[in-house]
Amino acid sequence: MDTACSCFNGERMALDAIPCLPMDTLRARVLQAMQHGARVSQWFGLGLPDNKVRVFAVLAEPGQGQLSVLSGLADQSYRALTPECPQFQGFERELAEQWGVVPEGHPWLKPIRFQSGCAPGRTVWHDTAGQPPQIGVADFFSMGGDEIHEVAVGPVHAGIIEPGHFRFQCHGEIVFHLEIVLGYQHRGVERALRNGPDRRSIHLAETLAGDTTVGHALAYCQCVEALSGVNPPPRAQALRGVALELERLANHTGDLGALSGDVGFLPTASYCGRIRGDFLNMTALLCGNRFGRSLVRPGGVTLDLEVTRADDLRCRLAAALKDVTSAVELLWTTPSVLARFEDTGALTPDVATTLGLVGPAARACGLEQDVRYEFPAGIYCYAQIPPATWHGGDVFARAYVRWIEIQRSLAFIREQLDNLPEGPILESPRPLAASQAVVALVEGWRGEISHMAITDDNGRFAAYKITDPSFHNWRGLALAMRNQQISDFPLCNKSFNLSYCGHDL
Amino acid sequence: MFSILKARLKQGYRTFAYPDQEPTLPDRFQGRPVLEPSKCAGGCHACEEACPTAALARTGPDLKLDLGQCLFCGACANACPRQAVTFSRDYRLAARTRNDLVLGDRERQAGRRVDEASRRLFGRSLKLRQVSAGGCNACEADLNVLSTPVFDLGRFGIQFVASPRHADGVVITGPVTKNMELALRKTIDAVPTPRLVIAVGACAISGGIYRDHPEARNGADAVTPVDLFVPGCPPHPYTILHGLLALLGRVE
Repeated sequence: MDTACSCFNGERMALDAIPCLPMDTLRARVLQAMQHGARVSQWFGLGLPDNKVRVFAVLAEPGQGQLSVLSGLADQSYRALTPECPQFQGFERELAEQWGVVPEGHPWLKPIRFQSGCAPGRTVWHDTAGQPPQIGVADFFSMGGDEIHEVAVGPVHAGIIEPGHFRFQCHGEIVFHLEIVLGYQHRGVERALRNGPDRRSIHLAETLAGDTTVGHALAYCQCVEALSGVNPPPRAQALRGVALELERLANHTGDLGALSGDVGFLPTASYCGRIRGDFLNMTALLCGNRFGRSLVRPGGVTLDLEVTRADDLRCRLAAALKDVTSAVELLWTTPSVLARFEDTGALTPDVATTLGLVGPAARACGLEQDVRYEFPAGIYCYAQIPPATWHGGDVFARAYVRWIEIQRSLAFIREQLDNLPEGPILESPRPLAASQAVVALVEGWRGEISHMAITDDNGRFAAYKITDPSFHNWRGLALAMRNQQISDFPLCNKSFNLSYCGHDL
Repeated sequence: MFSILKARLKQGYRTFAYPDQEPTLPDRFQGRPVLEPSKCAGGCHACEEACPTAALARTGPDLKLDLGQCLFCGACANACPRQAVTFSRDYRLAARTRNDLVLGDRERQAGRRVDEASRRLFGRSLKLRQVSAGGCNACEADLNVLSTPVFDLGRFGIQFVASPRHADGVVITGPVTKNMELALRKTIDAVPTPRLVIAVGACAISGGIYRDHPEARNGADAVTPVDLFVPGCPPHPYTILHGLLALLGRVE
C-alpha cells in the first residue's frame, strides 16, 4: 500500500511521513487492506486547530510483521466503515463521542463510554449544558412477542467485579441477543496522558487495567523509548519478558479456577485461586508488588534479579508447575466439567475474524494470532513463543488455550532465567523527539494491547491513544451468548474475562 | 473420583495462621513509609517533586506524607539523596480517620477499632457488599484473594455477599467516577443501618492517581462518611485483612 506508512512494532516515524488523505480515500484504502486480512488496531482522532480532525488508522497486517499507519482529514462526518467491516463499530462510536465526527450509515451509533468530547462542543452527544448523556440512557435492541422477556443486570454485579450493564433479550431461557453498556469506569486516562510525559504518566499506564500492569506499562515504555531513542539493555528486556509472562500465568491460572467455580467444580476453583496468588507473589519477589507496579520504567526495569533471587524464583516456579498441573488436569478428566465447557458459547473462526477478536478468544477459534509471534518486540525477537491455538471457539477451547499458554510461559521464564544476559538494567531517559508517532503492541494475557503516541512540536504527547484487548473482545462475548441459555452467561463471561477499566479508560 | 482425592492430598492445607503468626512479606515490599526530616538538606524538595500524587509535602523543617494519596511507588525514596524517606515492610496501614493517615510532625493514632456497640453487632459476623467505582481492578483482585484458602476470610466471620440487603457494610474501591456515582449511592442506601463503609486503596481514599480528574470524584468520602481507610495501590491482602480485623477489635 503506497499510501500508508509501514512500521515495525515500536518503531518511530515522523508525523509527516504518515499520509493524510481525504476521508473517502482513507476509507477505500482501509477497506481494501481489511479485505486482504488486515485487522484494525487503532482508529482515532486528533483535533487540529482549524476545527478539523485528523483520523488515524493503524492496521495490523498478518504475515508481514508490519503495521500500516495512515490518516485522513475529517470535517463533520464521513461514510462509516462499520457496515462493510464490523471491526470498526466500537472505534467509530468512540470517534463520534470523542471528536463529534459522525460516521454516516453506522448501524448502531450510540455512546460508548458516556464521556465528554475531547474538546468543548466536539461530541455527537451532549445536553444543553454540554454534559454527556446520563450513562446507560440510550436506545437498546428490543424484541416483542410471546415468551419474550428482557433481563437487565448491573452496573453493580453480584461479586467483587467491575461495573457494567448487560441487557439480555430472551425467549424463555434462550438468549437471542446481549447488549453490553460500558463506561462506568471512565476516569479520563487518555485525557490525563495528553501533554505528558510527566511524573504521573507511567502510573496512569500501570493502572489502565490493574491486572495487566506489566502489559500496559510495557506498551507505554516502548512508546516513550522509541520517541526518545533509548534502547533498554538486553538484561532489562529479558526481565520484562519474565514479568509479562508471570502476569499471564497468574491471570490464566485464576481464570481456570474461576471457570471451574462457575460450573460448580470446587477443587480446581480453590486450588487455582491459591496458585494464582503464588504467581502474584513471584512478581512481588521481583519488585515488591504483586501486580508488578514500579518495575517497568522507560529505559528498562528498576530492579535487578540477583542470582539468589533467580534461584528462589526457579524453585517457586517448579513448585507452582506441579501444583497447577495437578489442579488443572482435573478439569480435563471430569465429565461434569467437560459437559458444561464443551459447545458452550462457541464462536466460529469467521465471526472471530469479522469482529477482529484478539488474544486467547481468537486463538480458541484457531486463529494464529499473537503479538509475540506476529509483531515481536523486545525479548520476543530472540525467544519465540509459538501461538497456542485450539479449535471449536467454545468455553472449553478458551480454557484449553489458557492451559497451553500456562505451560509455554513457564517454559519461557525458565529458559530466560537460565540465559539472563549480563549488564545494566536501566538506560537513562532522554527527552522525546518532536512531531513523531509510534505504535507499540504488547501481547498481554487478554490479547493485543495497542498504544499509539503522537508528539507535538515540543515533544509532548499531542495524543496518547490506548486500545485494550477488551475493546475488541466485548463484542465477541455478546455474540457468543446468542442461542445460549441465560444461565450460561457467567461461564461465558468468565471464559473471556474482559476488562471494564481497560475498555472505559 | 480417585484423581480428585489424590489432587486434594497433593495440594495440602494452605491456610496461613494469621493473625497468630506474622506473615512474611517479600523483602522488596514497600510498606509504611518512615520519615526522618532531620536528615533533609535545607531547601531540598526532591521527594516532593518526584511524587506522582503530591502525597508528600515539605514545609520548613517538617515532612508530611499522606498515606491516603501515596501509591507506595518509592519514587520519593529513590529521589532523596539522604534517605530521609524510606519504606518499611510494615503492612499495617489502615486508619479510622482521614487525618490518621497523615504521617508527619506529630504522631497520632486514634485506635482503629469501632465503638463497642458496633463491635457487638459486627465483631463476630460481618457481611460486606463490594462496589467498584472506577479504578483499575487491582484492589478488587486483592479483595477477591481474601476468600481463597490462604487467607480464608470466612473463618473470621467476614464474608462478601451479593446483595446490599444482606450486607452490614460496603467496601468501596476506585475514585468514584461520575458514571458510577448514582449506582454507588443507591447501593449504599440499600444497605440497612447501622452500616460500615470501608474505602480500600488510594483511589477510594483520595482519588489516587486520578485525583482532580473532572471524570471522577476524589474518593468515597465525597459520597458517604467512611469508617475505615485502607491505603495502598493496591493494598496488600494482609493490609486489608489487618484493617478489617483491627476495625472489629480482633487484632491491635
